[in-house]
Amino acid sequence: MFVARSIAADHKDLIHDVSFDFHGRRMATCSSDQSVKVWDKSESGDWHCTASWKTHSGSVWRVTWAHPEFGQVLASCSFDRTAAVWEEIVGESNDKLRGQSHWVKRTTLVDSRTSVTDVKFAPKHMGLMLATCSADGVVRIYEAPDVMNLSQWSLQHEISCKLSCSCISWNPSSSRAHSPMIAVGSDDSSPNVSAKVQIYEYNENTRKYAKAESLMTVTDPVHDISFAPNLGRSFHILAVATKDVRIFTLKPVRKELTSSGGPTKFEIHIVAQFDNHNSQVWRVSWNITGTVLASSGDDGCVRLWKANYMDNWKCTGILKGNGSPVNGSSSQQAISNASLGSNNPNLQNSLNGSSASRKHS
Amino acid sequence: MRSKLEEPDRHFRGQPGAKAGSFIGARSRVQVLVAALKPLVLAFTGTGNMEELDGEPTLTLIPGINSKKRQMCFDWGPGEMLVCETLFKKKEKEEKVLGCPFIYIVRKDIDVYSRILRKLFNESHSIFVGLQRIEEESGGKSRKAQLVRVSKNYRSVIRACMEEMHQVAIAAQDPVCGRQYSSQVSILSAVELIWNLCEILFIEVAPAGPLLLHLLDWVRLHVCEMDGLSADVLGSENPNKHENFWNLATLFVLQGRLDEARQMLSKEADANPASASMCRVLGDLMRTMPILSPGNTQTLTELELKWQHWHEECERHLQDGTFASNPHLESLCKIMLGDDNALLGQKELLSNWYHFLVTRLLYSHPTVKPIELHFYAQSSLDLFLGGDSSPEPLDNILMAAFEFDIHQVIKECSFGSNMREFLLLEYASGLFAHHSLWQLGVDYFDHCPELGRVYLELHIERIPLNTEQKALKVLRICERRQMTEQVRSICKILAMKAVCNNRLGSALSWSIRAKDAAFATLVSDRFLKDYCERGSFSDLDLIDNLGPAMMLSDRLTFLGKYREFHRLYGEKRFADAASLLLSLMTSQIAPRSFWMTLLTDALPLLEQKQVIFSAEQTYELMQCLEDLTIGRPEPRGLEGQRPQEDDIETTKVEMLRLALARNLARAIVKEGTLEGS
Repeated sequence: MFVARSIAADHKDLIHDVSFDFHGRRMATCSSDQSVKVWDKSESGDWHCTASWKTHSGSVWRVTWAHPEFGQVLASCSFDRTAAVWEEIVGESNDKLRGQSHWVKRTTLVDSRTSVTDVKFAPKHMGLMLATCSADGVVRIYEAPDVMNLSQWSLQHEISCKLSCSCISWNPSSSRAHSPMIAVGSDDSSPNVSAKVQIYEYNENTRKYAKAESLMTVTDPVHDISFAPNLGRSFHILAVATKDVRIFTLKPVRKELTSSGGPTKFEIHIVAQFDNHNSQVWRVSWNITGTVLASSGDDGCVRLWKANYMDNWKCTGILKGNGSPVNGSSSQQAISNASLGSNNPNLQNSLNGSSASRKHS
Repeated sequence: MRSKLEEPDRHFRGQPGAKAGSFIGARSRVQVLVAALKPLVLAFTGTGNMEELDGEPTLTLIPGINSKKRQMCFDWGPGEMLVCETLFKKKEKEEKVLGCPFIYIVRKDIDVYSRILRKLFNESHSIFVGLQRIEEESGGKSRKAQLVRVSKNYRSVIRACMEEMHQVAIAAQDPVCGRQYSSQVSILSAVELIWNLCEILFIEVAPAGPLLLHLLDWVRLHVCEMDGLSADVLGSENPNKHENFWNLATLFVLQGRLDEARQMLSKEADANPASASMCRVLGDLMRTMPILSPGNTQTLTELELKWQHWHEECERHLQDGTFASNPHLESLCKIMLGDDNALLGQKELLSNWYHFLVTRLLYSHPTVKPIELHFYAQSSLDLFLGGDSSPEPLDNILMAAFEFDIHQVIKECSFGSNMREFLLLEYASGLFAHHSLWQLGVDYFDHCPELGRVYLELHIERIPLNTEQKALKVLRICERRQMTEQVRSICKILAMKAVCNNRLGSALSWSIRAKDAAFATLVSDRFLKDYCERGSFSDLDLIDNLGPAMMLSDRLTFLGKYREFHRLYGEKRFADAASLLLSLMTSQIAPRSFWMTLLTDALPLLEQKQVIFSAEQTYELMQCLEDLTIGRPEPRGLEGQRPQEDDIETTKVEMLRLALARNLARAIVKEGTLEGS
């Protein structure tokens, strides 16, 4: 691994989330400065900020892209108790000339009474749907029935999880054998020993989401959760960020063995558990094929986990801050030393400029 | 001689290594070929880390981020990662905490887009594809020979690439650039070295005897200091006065090139009569050393007996002090006895532990069996490094290869079949992460029976569709593999993009290709709306040539038919135009919302000099108009613009009623006249 580029973010406060679009040619960032920025990669590989706007009246925790089949659509969620859906519209020629794009708010989802901690679009085969979760312990699932009219979102489901929710993950499987499924994590830290990961499954008959499983072994606060791409497997893989990194498999128990019509039951196994982050783990995320899991923790590192062909999981890479404050050329030096490709001609010279004025603030 | 007749080849077949080879089977040899590809891939993974799965994790430092106080948020992209500094403990009321103001893009591979490496990827890709075909087509005896040939092909491609890179490195003006090329040369050379060893051990599956000959060739090929030295010394005016004369002689002996060593001894004898007899004795020992030559039919037992006898003779000469007066000759004799200390005395000339290993085997265990190799390899590595330094990644890989013989058998029994696919998937995924090499990855995925297809599906839909040409390329790949969902999705993405950019024609053709009826309806509506606003159609070519695609959605059918109406009208085929217009309403193809437009379109036809709509048709038109107006609410007159719009609408209806009534009258008169005549 090596640092190919650095891009001056120019947010006026802490960045909380970065998000690539489906093809990796655009990205979005969100920050405590209440704004979202969108960046586009040019043909030459440079990144340019093409939009930056105030999105919320509080810290923006998460920003995420809808599948491009639905157009250029973003969702954000915030401390201001709302989530919002944004759509890029092909701007006036003026905007285009300046290399700027125009994003309009299509809807504000105001149902939560507390901070909205996560927002995720559902897998595209389910249509244009999104789920939010909030500190008051409610997962809400919204749908835009008309993909050409994003101002109309209807609240389809409200799932009460009883515990303050921190994160959600849709099961990406598009197999007909698998019902829509969403996993919810809780960062509730009160001294109880209830399960902090719950799995809800959509029931065709009742047309409701019902709890299918709880991961009883996860009793510490959970900060992030992520289903792996399915790859046609009959079972599911779920990564959990709690006081350590855990990887679970969820094998559906054959339907005829369970009471018919009820939610699927799962055989749950833990296949890996790593405490290398020393303390809390905050994010977990899979690469496209689900072969590498990345996790970010209190040790300030991003760690990459990978299974070999015998399904033994190991740490194969660590991204670590070198600790030096950013000031001019010394950082570039550090980039060079980190890799075999010792020259990084692509490295943008963005390491000066704006940083100089506030490097030690 | 008797034994040769009685037990032909016994030792060859009886070797444990050979046995292992025989049940490893051809398929697995291909796996090993691919396994050998792995270091090649890893070699280009930026850090030069060759032990990705077994070694320590690679550490990448991100400048400007303070891991002691902050954390990192990140996201995966198709070929790279985004990383940036953050604090995860959410405290809204905290004072502003500015962190590292940068977002970093972290990539796995250094950019391998150089002309030379590209050639390597391309050529090894075509060898791979060819090999898969061989695997499918042929079977039987020639297989091993074929696989060896394929392996040699791979190696020669690597060597060619290495040489080309070497030339470029020499010619490079910029020292940084030159260093980069040089480092790639050394990576490629290591890859070829490993590959060659794997070829001997796992593809040739050389048994005891021939095994050593192969290993000797391997060392000779890769320790190339020899050539320079040899030219230097033997090319000089007085070779035996050359300072490196004995070094070269020693090197010849170390590599088992005894004929060349003898020639040097005879030069020494000529120049130095005092040591002539010693040289002759040593030369004789060299000449009589029993070796297994490829064409020879002697058995290993015979060889071992002869070798033992020869070894004792060398030993006797050494004990008798035959060479005591000439330290050079005595040292050579010790080497030929396989004396570890004498060999270790030549560390400089041996240059590495695997050369030491092969020389040791040559003079101590010439009939070494594959299964014993790892034992000698380990002790050679230990002796050679002598605790001064620890083994490097390359040493570990070679050692793994020497040990592989046993592991391979175990793996074959338990999970061997997964390994080939695992490595291929890794390699192809690596290619897909690269903006211009991804197409090569497709064929590798095609040859992974278990997960190749879903990997391809996951990767290919992430290929950025920045140009139409690229999109068509991706689509062709998907279509050829009946990946219908990916085809649909790609077309849908492009259709959506086109709609957002108001390129309706493009949007329509992509949604037709995606067979997306709902979206085709949506785009058709846009076309119709555009028409209502502007009074003309765009993308006439497309709409006029929809053909059977028109049936995809009712609305699209209507669009096509409606456009046909305009064409007929334009061609002044009024009767045809009129009946088409009417049928669009009576057959319910036209959406209700569009009926008023259609009726308005009927106006000019109603007002032509000649009667176009028959009386019956006019009745039908009137029925349509009444159907349309009957459900209408009365004008409300409360909301802003409503009354005015309704006024227009009411006027329109009035006009239509009038025109219809007039036409009806004319039609009845005309039809009556015709009937009467």
